[in-house]
Amino acid sequence: MDFTFSPEHIALRRMIREFAETEIAPIAAELDREHRVPFEVLRKLGEIGLLGVCFPQEYGGMGAGEMGYCILMEELGRVCTSTGTNVGAHIGIGAMAIHLDGTPEQKEKYLTPLARGEKIAAFGLTESGAGSDAASVRTRAVREGDSWILDGSKVFITNGGYADIVTVMAVTDPTLGARGGITAFIVETDWEGFSVAREEDKMGIRGTSTAELVFEELRVPHENVLGKVGEGFIPFMKSLDMGRLTLGAACVGGAQMALETAVRWAKTRKQFGVELAHKQSVQWKIANMATELEALRSLVYRVAWLVDTGQPFSQLAAMCKLYGSEVASRAIDTALQIHGGLGFSRDFPLERGFRDARIGEIYEGTSEIQRIVIASNIFREHGVRIRP
Amino acid sequence: MDFTFSEEQEMFHAMFRDFSAKEVAPKAEELDHEEQPPLDTLRKAANQGFLGATLPEDYLGAELDYVSYALLIETLARDCMSTAVTLATHVSLVAMSILEHGTDAQKEEWLPPMAAGEMIGSFALTEPDAGSDAMALQTRATYLPPLTGGGQEGGMILDGVKTWVANGEIAGLSLVFAQGPVGVEAFLVPKDATGLTVGYREPTLGLRSVTFNTLYLESCRVPEANRLGEPGEGWTVAQRAQNRMAVALAAAGLGVSENTLDVAAQYATERVQFGVPIAKKQAIQSYIAEAMGEVEALRYLVYHAAWLADQGGDFSFDASVVKAFGARVACSVTNRMVQVMGGYGYMEDYPMARKYRDARALSIIGGPTELHDIRVAQRIFADLDLEIAP
Repeated sequence: MDFTFSPEHIALRRMIREFAETEIAPIAAELDREHRVPFEVLRKLGEIGLLGVCFPQEYGGMGAGEMGYCILMEELGRVCTSTGTNVGAHIGIGAMAIHLDGTPEQKEKYLTPLARGEKIAAFGLTESGAGSDAASVRTRAVREGDSWILDGSKVFITNGGYADIVTVMAVTDPTLGARGGITAFIVETDWEGFSVAREEDKMGIRGTSTAELVFEELRVPHENVLGKVGEGFIPFMKSLDMGRLTLGAACVGGAQMALETAVRWAKTRKQFGVELAHKQSVQWKIANMATELEALRSLVYRVAWLVDTGQPFSQLAAMCKLYGSEVASRAIDTALQIHGGLGFSRDFPLERGFRDARIGEIYEGTSEIQRIVIASNIFREHGVRIRP
Repeated sequence: MDFTFSEEQEMFHAMFRDFSAKEVAPKAEELDHEEQPPLDTLRKAANQGFLGATLPEDYLGAELDYVSYALLIETLARDCMSTAVTLATHVSLVAMSILEHGTDAQKEEWLPPMAAGEMIGSFALTEPDAGSDAMALQTRATYLPPLTGGGQEGGMILDGVKTWVANGEIAGLSLVFAQGPVGVEAFLVPKDATGLTVGYREPTLGLRSVTFNTLYLESCRVPEANRLGEPGEGWTVAQRAQNRMAVALAAAGLGVSENTLDVAAQYATERVQFGVPIAKKQAIQSYIAEAMGEVEALRYLVYHAAWLADQGGDFSFDASVVKAFGARVACSVTNRMVQVMGGYGYMEDYPMARKYRDARALSIIGGPTELHDIRVAQRIFADLDLEIAP
């Protein structure tokens, strides 16, 4: 057993913390207010190699592993959930599918510019009738010579409004469904037949693009099939596993910020003649926040270690996402409550944190889906197959 | 025991629903997104008598009992919590304080225009360093000596800063609390009083159509006739107002909870995932069923507290119980109903997100849950002969 971070990872965290404090924290409120995606931040993150933090160096990555990626997401989550979401959709699910299942040619062509931040990726799975029920995808792909013709639409796609590359899941054989009938494609968004139909107006993570994508007779060359024809569900599910872990890491950062803010306020704010820190109802809140945060932190970095050492991690990744999103929501709710009226004001960052944190329990598989995944895995070991 | 509404209460309830459907629901989303106070709705509410809801007819009030009034707030909050809180601030915090503590002359002067909606009331208690701790008030009331020879009344000079004043910028009359020579005093300060400035409007997470402003009192001159209650009685005025408001806010929590439960349950019958409406999933059934239990418990706690208020006795304990519970229920129910609607619950194109943001206010405004918990505990331990300081 060894629970220490390597010197490289400690240095990496220091570098990211400094970047986050100087480049992101000062603009986080503005991104939310103006509903603006921080392209300049994404470009700088790409320039210093962080958008390829976990990808191999031969494809422009930093090679810092899942551990490094979790450190990045924790530090981003600490200052700005929107930026963390943009980066997570780009690395964790958009580019990750290409990293996991792409051919050497696909990686050379697509992963390298994504790792360097020269291009931005999105992940096209959700449809209006297929959210948590990913196997109900309706977008169709029909083979035509050396190409596939895509028709359909995707909703709630993070980074969708400006991504250069979208990995899209489409039905190639309706008779087979999720078992052999769904294929993943790498789509360049400047191809004819691709369009962005609308941008969503969301309660939080307002510094992100959440878009509806439409494909009309979109021609995709066969060489852009990701993985094998009919087996698109597998790389998508693997990417989602990774995404769940790193969302948990971002939640460590969000909960950490909430705790730091609450402690700072409780130290200085006086009511009834004493600092709030002396009130037991505040002490209890702080103690619970800190305990949940430490449990989450240990879980997240243990799973990162499992990934980096090639061990199974899917079950624990679902737990990271489930527990992480609920811990972060509770922590920010508690910090807001400790601040009273100030917490409710948009002049202070907790209000934004409260709106931002709420998405964690919804996107990339709701808490309910995580519970189904976790329970299914447990019962499968006991010979019982669970249907959602 | 009788858990039925009177015929009159049923009739009022139908009238409230009709009004809310016609006047409140259609405007709620836009008012929130544009952060506009519901001025047009207030005018129409005044025509119905709602702005003098619990005032006697002598003062142009509708003379509603408190149970009917709770139904009014609940019904408005189903569609728009901002409108409900704006109206409750006017009625429960300000108009009823004047009715309970005012002289005949004060009642004659202020209540008819308030009931007619010509003058909206705001409540100025909180200060930057005195939120829950009202004894820490820094705003000062200094008495001027009567002018010699002229026979002119002396009056008071108010100095201080009030924050989070609900209805601040839309008010014609502000109920202001300050430290006087013998304790806290309450003053009726009209908006055109010399030295009164309405300042910063708080940008808020929810209740975005309620105007919460900072009030500056700089040598603000108020005649002695505008003091509400006896010298030193201000703290009682504030506490009684907050007790009434606590019940109203709990009723608002009931309304928003019921509504989100209705909307999410309907959605669950329509949203198909894994081949069936999600209503057929046990997890969703639990969310809905647990929320229903909480809503029903809150409902009768609210009506009971309102009924107690109608009996004329002290209902401060029940007011704190229902306020703390109502805030917890509203936050947890709206939170779970967002979850039932998944991504659609998070989009500002649907009212669910607004209602979730609005409900969060209930744990903070009108005294945070922690303060009401302390009051409840104080009473419980007082009965056991133990005094608890906050």
